[in-house]
Amino acid sequence: MRKTCVDMVYTLAKRDPRVVFIGSDLSPGLLDDMKAEMPDHHYMEGVMEANVIGMAAGMAMDGYMPFVNTIATFITRRCYEQVALDLCLHDLPVRLIGNGGGLVYAPLGPTHLAIEDMAIMRALPNMTVTAVADADEMVRLMEASLDWPHPIYMRLAKGGDPIVSDAARGFEIGKAIAMRETGASDGVLIVATGVMTNRALTAADMLEADGIACEVLHVHTVKPLDHEAILRMASRARLVVIVEEHTIVGGLGSAVTDVLVENPPTPMPTIRRLGIPDRFAVNYGVQDDLLEIYGLQPAQIARSITDSLK
Amino acid sequence: MSKVASSTPPLDERSLDLRRLVVRALDGGKRGHVGSSLSLIEILRVLYDDVLRFDPARPGWPERDRCILSKGHGCIALYALLADKGFFPAAELDRFCHVDAILGGHPERGKAPGIEASTGALGHGLSIGVGMALAARMQKRSSRVFVIAGDGEINEGSVWEAALAAGKHKLANLTVVVDYNKLQSAGTTREIQDLEPLADKWTSFGFRVREVDGHDVDALRTCFKDLPFDGAKPSAVIAHTVKGKGVPFAENDAAWHHKSRLGDDVIAELYAAIGGRDA
Repeated sequence: MRKTCVDMVYTLAKRDPRVVFIGSDLSPGLLDDMKAEMPDHHYMEGVMEANVIGMAAGMAMDGYMPFVNTIATFITRRCYEQVALDLCLHDLPVRLIGNGGGLVYAPLGPTHLAIEDMAIMRALPNMTVTAVADADEMVRLMEASLDWPHPIYMRLAKGGDPIVSDAARGFEIGKAIAMRETGASDGVLIVATGVMTNRALTAADMLEADGIACEVLHVHTVKPLDHEAILRMASRARLVVIVEEHTIVGGLGSAVTDVLVENPPTPMPTIRRLGIPDRFAVNYGVQDDLLEIYGLQPAQIARSITDSLK
Repeated sequence: MSKVASSTPPLDERSLDLRRLVVRALDGGKRGHVGSSLSLIEILRVLYDDVLRFDPARPGWPERDRCILSKGHGCIALYALLADKGFFPAAELDRFCHVDAILGGHPERGKAPGIEASTGALGHGLSIGVGMALAARMQKRSSRVFVIAGDGEINEGSVWEAALAAGKHKLANLTVVVDYNKLQSAGTTREIQDLEPLADKWTSFGFRVREVDGHDVDALRTCFKDLPFDGAKPSAVIAHTVKGKGVPFAENDAAWHHKSRLGDDVIAELYAAIGGRDA
């Protein structure tokens, strides 16, 4: 997904003169082909996130669409005021590409775990928050970004994630995608984002095998949130489970709960939020290890749902 | 500390007129950053009278020079110049900070014509200026970018990130002007966070530096006419100024950094200090 994303910056730059790449001390050789062909649209800057965001804002004020790339924690936490004021207050079309969203950098510890990125980005007016499911969907997001006039935070996954998205379902920023829709009433709705969607789909298969009807809504755009799709599918469910690789504070679970509380279906479904508890990680290992510890692997999701139905 | 002569000429009528516009806004809002605005007047006056390329009828004209007031709290001085140049009617100054005003306590791009960037949180303007200077280079425009920073403001680390980047990119179309009035909010810069040797700092970050008396109009003109000081470097102008300049009882007094609840009596005293309301 990450390679697809940065390669797409070059692809888009070849046909849209607004596109500029700005990295903050990333991998050597990143987008060297772009640098060779269009050196004035490729910037590899130092370890200075605050400056890089302000610089991107200045370019955007004069007509450019900078794609800024660095590690997700640093592009969200480190330069939050620059993101809030330089990008969001001015409502500029700058794209923030955050490497290693969620628990991808598990072995590197809490300094590198981007588990509240969506909460803090979501709190900013004008910001768009995205977490696509796989590399194919990343291509569609990047294409769509050219016509989106607001700042976008793009959470990247580890790479090599299973392809579960399908071009036939279309892609529109702000429109959730029903990945599994049975139309059955009184069943379970799983709402997921990013790479948790593939785990939600596997969990749904397991539940289905046990005779539990389960729909899956993939929310690649956490903000603006697709209220219509959530209410349409939640209103026929008896249990809505939100699954996210994110702290339970302020992420998709909070956002979906807000929608349901403010527009309560009759009857109101039970809501369960599966995410990362409100504490810093104490373990290392790899992403899947931490997902297991937090109960976010498919079999655990299925078990949590079964337990909730008892 | 200062490498400039200390024989600042007296303020002329234009400088006093601009200060009257500042007091007009202070009266309109009954509040404002007094000292922080008054130290900026001659810097902005010379920029807008003699240096910047702009057209008030076309505030978005791509070929214009960009002037970012990074120390956004000094915005009343900028509002005075923009009103004087016709970007908006001077009557807007009377509505400073009113609930539906276009002129607030910090400048906002898009609210009032002529404001290039929304500032107020310190340490943002130079990075935005770096981006604008790079954009001008990419678009092969001759536009220049001026960023006015406060001395307290440049305590912020982000300013020095931006300075590193400006030096790296050899942005000869970028000038930072430091309003060096030597008084930040809590006290003198020397006691709160000493900046010296300030010229050496900018030089070491890749700038060509000049120091100037920030209230000497002729000296400022001469200084800005020489831009860029080096065709392969960004420029830094360290303007030695006086906080509250022109209002003797406010000069060099940290208590006049910002005032709220300005009554008619204080407004009258401010006008009296600059030669009267209608002089």
